[in-house]
Amino acid sequence: MLNVKEIRKDFPMCVKQDAGNGKVYLDNAATTFKPYSVIEAVTRYYTDESVNIHRGDYDLSYQVSDEYEQTRKTVARFLNCEEREVIFTSGASASLNLFAYGWAQKFLKKGDVILSSEAEHASNILPLMKAAELTGATIEYIPLTEEGELTIEAFKGAMHDKVKLVSIAHISNVLGFVHPIKELTKITHEYGAIISVDGAQSVPHIKTDVKDWDIDFLSFSAHKMLGPTGVGVLFGKYALLDQMDAFMLGGGNNARFDICGNIQLKNPPFKFEAGTPAIEAVLGLKAAILYLEKVGMDEIEAYEHELKTYAVSQLKDLKNVILYNPHAGTGIITFNVEGIFAQDTAIYLNSKGLMVRAGNHCAKILVEVIKTSETVRASVSFYNTKEEVDRLVDALRTITLEQCIDLSIM
Amino acid sequence: MSDYLKDPQIHREIIMDHYQHPRNHHLSDDKTYHKAHMASESCIDDLTVMMKIDKGLISDVCFDGVGCTISTASTSILTDLIKGKTLEEAKSIINSYYAMIDLKELNEDLLQEAVAFQNVGKQANRIKCATIGFKAIEQMIKEEETHD
Ligand SMILES: Cc1ncc(COP(=O)(O)O)c(C=O)c1O
Repeated sequence: MLNVKEIRKDFPMCVKQDAGNGKVYLDNAATTFKPYSVIEAVTRYYTDESVNIHRGDYDLSYQVSDEYEQTRKTVARFLNCEEREVIFTSGASASLNLFAYGWAQKFLKKGDVILSSEAEHASNILPLMKAAELTGATIEYIPLTEEGELTIEAFKGAMHDKVKLVSIAHISNVLGFVHPIKELTKITHEYGAIISVDGAQSVPHIKTDVKDWDIDFLSFSAHKMLGPTGVGVLFGKYALLDQMDAFMLGGGNNARFDICGNIQLKNPPFKFEAGTPAIEAVLGLKAAILYLEKVGMDEIEAYEHELKTYAVSQLKDLKNVILYNPHAGTGIITFNVEGIFAQDTAIYLNSKGLMVRAGNHCAKILVEVIKTSETVRASVSFYNTKEEVDRLVDALRTITLEQCIDLSIM
Repeated sequence: MSDYLKDPQIHREIIMDHYQHPRNHHLSDDKTYHKAHMASESCIDDLTVMMKIDKGLISDVCFDGVGCTISTASTSILTDLIKGKTLEEAKSIINSYYAMIDLKELNEDLLQEAVAFQNVGKQANRIKCATIGFKAIEQMIKEEETHD
């Protein structure tokens, strides 16, 4: 069992809330708060070791380069992969674009099929649409259940010999279902295809094991898992990374080049890391992973699901609230209030100190599945409490359209 | 201008009414209509407004799409206000609405029910919602004028 009261003391944003600023943060799927250990790792770089990596012949550069590579080691342990399979990017979007450019655009051909789902985030599906346009491949969508879940049966039905790439989110950012990645991967490989997993919402909330699942690629961001903004990871199986093209060329990614244009690139992962990275953010990512490991990913998953189940049990009793994903197994609660537009609901909740997100959550084609274009999303993290969920439920119990309008016109 | 339009309670009722029963809430297949698709950067309101102009007169105007209370109600009120008006009249209604949103002056005779939005300008994040339909009409008037 987590000691949430103690955990909250590690997060300055929570400390301010507990000191009475009246705010409740329920937009953790967008980004999370950072613990002091992460903030200290970032500032330590600027105050004590503010030099470049992989360049200098002086001790300090050597030391920071080593710490930078220690993060790679930590990520590899966290994902259960090899260090050389961990590429640092600027975030999940950059990872997904790197994969689409370096692998999909290079290896897909006319007539090939990319299999994906209608619940994908724009950062996953748009780069694939571009790859399809450039290669002549087509995208097909696995039909989802009415609640928006992707089942093994539907996947089997959608799979066929022309599919060369399967690309899906492990956890949908709109509906929060955990998709059966290990089984999907097994089927994908039986057809000789590869699978790229958008882990932006899963890596922060459930235990990841790329070796056990046997997935080929995984993308995620540090800022959604207590880490700094500006850094993310693309994991890829080494043999695939070796064939894949780099998206950027430049300092740090080449071994040698000459004036005739002969370029020899370094091996993965360095081949993909041209230019000076967000060094402080990478160092912060290590601190974030150490924090998550200390709390325990299994404990985090269990507690967040418990909070979500509690929220659903309370919200179910409210006649004015429509819940879209009561059965999803993670901490994402997607809903609307009858007769009130999602954005108006979010603005009302804001007036009560509650931070949630309204919109289509960058998954614009999901409209066809859940039959509503705009929803409100409350997403919990393990530092949220039942009392905070109660604040949300109480606010929704008394919301009226009149109050929402008054907030805008008074 | 009747006094009842000064009452905040009435403002709220006007907006509720236009949100729940928006006027001219449909689109037209008629190819001679002007059309403006407005999707605000906040990635939430997504309205299409259409307008037919006959010899400088707005003979029809309609809209549809997804919008919050403020964008839906303000666009609905606008369609009521400018239907049957000349382009010049419509332009002065739009300008006077913007002056109200900027909290500068309130022309009740021109703005009629739109006075319900007289304080929206105090909520910076709602100004986009309250002006989305007006921007659409402005855009279509400009289009008509440059084509003539
Ligand atoms: C499922 C999913 N994929 C990708 C992304 C993109 O992440 P980032 O904005 O950190 O690049 C997000 C973030 O909202 C997401 O939820």
